[in-house]
Amino acid sequence: MAQPSQATDGMDSVPALLQRNATRFGDEPAYREKEYGIWQCWTWAEAEKEIEALALGLINLGVNEGDFIAIIGRNRPHFYWSMVAAQSVGAIPVPLYQDAAADEMAYVMDHCGARFAIVQDQEQVDKLIEVQEGLHQLEHMIYVDPRGLRKYDHHKLHRYIDIQEQGRAAYYEWIEDLKARREKLTYDSVCVMLYTSGTTGKPKGVVLSNRNIIEASKSSSEFDKLTRDEEVLAYLPMAWVGDFIFSIGQAYWCGFCVNCPESPETMQTDLREIGPTYYFAPPRVFETQLTNVMIRMEDAGKLKKWLFDYFMAHARRVGPAILDGKPVGGMDRLKYALGNLFIYGPLKDTLGLGRVRVGYTAGEAIGPEIFDFYRSLGINLKQLYGQTEASVFITLQPDGEVRSDTVGVPAPGVEIRISDTGEVFYRGPGTFEYYYKNEESTKKTKDSEGWVATGDAGFFEDGSGHLRIIDRAKDVGKMADGQMFAPKYVENKLKFYPNILEAVVFGHQREQCTAFINIDLTAVGNWAERNNIGYASYQELAGNPRVLDMIQSHVEEVNRSLSDDPMLSHCQVHRFLVLHKELDADDGEMTRTRKVRRGVISEKFEDLLGALYDGSREIYTTTEVTYEDGRKGSISATLQIRDAAVVPVETAKVAAE
Amino acid sequence: MNDMTPDGYTTEDGRKIGGVVMEMRNITLRFGGVVAIQDISFDIREGEIRAIIGPNGAGKSSMLNVISGFYHPQEGEVWYKGAKRPTMKPYEVARQGIARTFQNIALFEGMTVLDNVMTGRIRQMNAGLLSQAIWKGKAEREEVENREVVEKMIDFLEIQHIRKTPVGRLPYGLKKRVELARALAAEPSILLLDEPMAGMNVEEKEDMSRFILDVNDEFGTTIALIEHDMGVVMDLSDRVVVMDYGKKIGDGSPDEVRQNQAVIDAYLGVAHD
Repeated sequence: MAQPSQATDGMDSVPALLQRNATRFGDEPAYREKEYGIWQCWTWAEAEKEIEALALGLINLGVNEGDFIAIIGRNRPHFYWSMVAAQSVGAIPVPLYQDAAADEMAYVMDHCGARFAIVQDQEQVDKLIEVQEGLHQLEHMIYVDPRGLRKYDHHKLHRYIDIQEQGRAAYYEWIEDLKARREKLTYDSVCVMLYTSGTTGKPKGVVLSNRNIIEASKSSSEFDKLTRDEEVLAYLPMAWVGDFIFSIGQAYWCGFCVNCPESPETMQTDLREIGPTYYFAPPRVFETQLTNVMIRMEDAGKLKKWLFDYFMAHARRVGPAILDGKPVGGMDRLKYALGNLFIYGPLKDTLGLGRVRVGYTAGEAIGPEIFDFYRSLGINLKQLYGQTEASVFITLQPDGEVRSDTVGVPAPGVEIRISDTGEVFYRGPGTFEYYYKNEESTKKTKDSEGWVATGDAGFFEDGSGHLRIIDRAKDVGKMADGQMFAPKYVENKLKFYPNILEAVVFGHQREQCTAFINIDLTAVGNWAERNNIGYASYQELAGNPRVLDMIQSHVEEVNRSLSDDPMLSHCQVHRFLVLHKELDADDGEMTRTRKVRRGVISEKFEDLLGALYDGSREIYTTTEVTYEDGRKGSISATLQIRDAAVVPVETAKVAAE
Repeated sequence: MNDMTPDGYTTEDGRKIGGVVMEMRNITLRFGGVVAIQDISFDIREGEIRAIIGPNGAGKSSMLNVISGFYHPQEGEVWYKGAKRPTMKPYEVARQGIARTFQNIALFEGMTVLDNVMTGRIRQMNAGLLSQAIWKGKAEREEVENREVVEKMIDFLEIQHIRKTPVGRLPYGLKKRVELARALAAEPSILLLDEPMAGMNVEEKEDMSRFILDVNDEFGTTIALIEHDMGVVMDLSDRVVVMDYGKKIGDGSPDEVRQNQAVIDAYLGVAHD
């Protein structure tokens, strides 16, 4: 396996990259954050000083090499500095999802045995105090936002700026230690530990070395020709590997500026103000944006609406071809230029995507309509396929070879192999070291030659050499008659309708497929308003017969489209119901990255699942729900079960056999 | 009160409450033949959260209006910071550092949240007409200084995302928060809140309670509030005045008030012979 043992120019750790950036382009912006309505800026030199002060403070507080430091907060420069400061003193940063419930947090904190935690505010401090009894190793907490915390016992609780202040005061005491610890870091030292949420079982701590992060950042930056002049907006969870790669790995490698939004709610405004050139978002974000645009266009005047429809139709026809540099006629180009002047340009600007040079979506399949919409506007949106264990990158789409149904070619340095069962395996410089304190899982996932099982089933397409992912390997099942059952494939088709937020399809070991559906409250709510349908809650809207009619028409359209696919025509949805509650991570029905947990759902809604198969017309059910603060309650409802028309598949079946 | 030393007292959660900052002495307010407030006396101490409660028509809002200088009592005196307060216009009271919010929100609907909160700084802006018109020198300097205070309040109340949204488009709960931001922008020493939680759902009430506690904790602001929701009042306040039919029927810590028979009767009702 090609694993460079020597780093380029001695850049063998993130702190080393920081030193380089601070020396080479110290006056260039490294971080921006909007606070009090103004974008505050830190140059690389300033960021280096902030990180140094914090690192000294951490040593002063008693952080040893090899300690784990939990980092819990939203995207703010302080937390990025915390990560690098932790690395500088030889400790290992462990970013956690800040919306995790206290007991979820307790598991992870206990698993890694973090002695220190750097957290955002009172909410996080309270959560940790709540579970502190069980965490014998947790010694000190450092918080950024002092609000509401003044009266807390401060023996083990410290304010972030105080720790920095103490670090500066103890400069001469510890600076030599800091330098020594920094110099000890090598390509093999642990860079970060990230917990994967996992659709089954307890989270696993993925240990990534400096080699993993730097090599992955370097090759992916080269792949997309990223430079020091990129602007990114850091708004995705810091506990997610993608944010670590984009906002630390690539940012430090290339030396570009990371912009942090003012608050999660202002993200859209901040996006517009920054105008990122390099942008990453899960499909959900693109879907939501598109839904909002469409809703607003419904409210627009006749002329505007006509202009929009006219030029968008044109963009759909020639936009992607122009973006890919394929030959397009002169008239069409002229019309596209006009459209850009009147519609596409202003629209992209409103979306904050006017300057995007490279955009990525990953994590889930994106609907072809949504994907094409953005590409037809001239936004270079691409797909990648990756996971935490690979330091993100497994495959990437090169410019000019972008399609919605494949995930591209192997990333530079990554080898891919498809097993006999159809599962995708990879290895490369970004491949993780091991799962922390979980040798068994490590062995199961990564073999002695370094091949890692992705758990996804896929194949390389003939001709293009692009990888296509069908489904999670373990989700792919067999129907009662032995034919392949790929739930995710069907669910994605359903979810491509803006009115459908989530879908869970069942069919393993069954005669026919059925589905649970969650409506999208924004899209359906807007539709309801337009059609004078009053509703007070999600539950009420979800049970409205006209909403059910609408969902039924979507299901039937999906069935028609499935009937054209010889491999999956038998996966048509025969019966469905619209759930009375939204699937939620707080109830354990989804992961924090919003992937459905099939096992939990089919157990929890066993009665509903039974009703889908016993032919009943409606069913009464009661479900326990967990509120954001951890309290529990219950909701009950009578749900209608609908039969959807299916296209007869006999002919297709013959063709398949 | 058992702990009414002139120097104040310490609350159960360790907050230091200072001496008396405002005192109502035998206030009586009449509207023609109607007696809205009858011979009421109580005080407000520095740094405390003081609640005025009572059934509908008890005279709570009238009392708040007396404090804010909107009504002038026929009898009695208002003492503020150790001196008797002469009859004052509301703006003069505001100048003394007393800010308020209203029961039925009084914001400028057509203006943005930012502009609304900026109006809370009016008394700190006194550049001349010419300077304002060309927005140079003092006017510009003042705007920058005051905007900073306003932005801190916007940050504090977590309304950054609606900074540029016209207030008329906002839901009720957010409007209440904007109004609080405007009152706080004046950096008052006493903050008067007229039913800050009226018409809110449980979650909004919890949020608002948290903001009120944080304001008191963070800025040390003395808060006097009127509220209907007994649960909220008992949790929030340090001391409570209870009014009924214009009279004071109770005064003390939430626990004391809860056990006061007159208060129980007023709230649960007793048979009148």
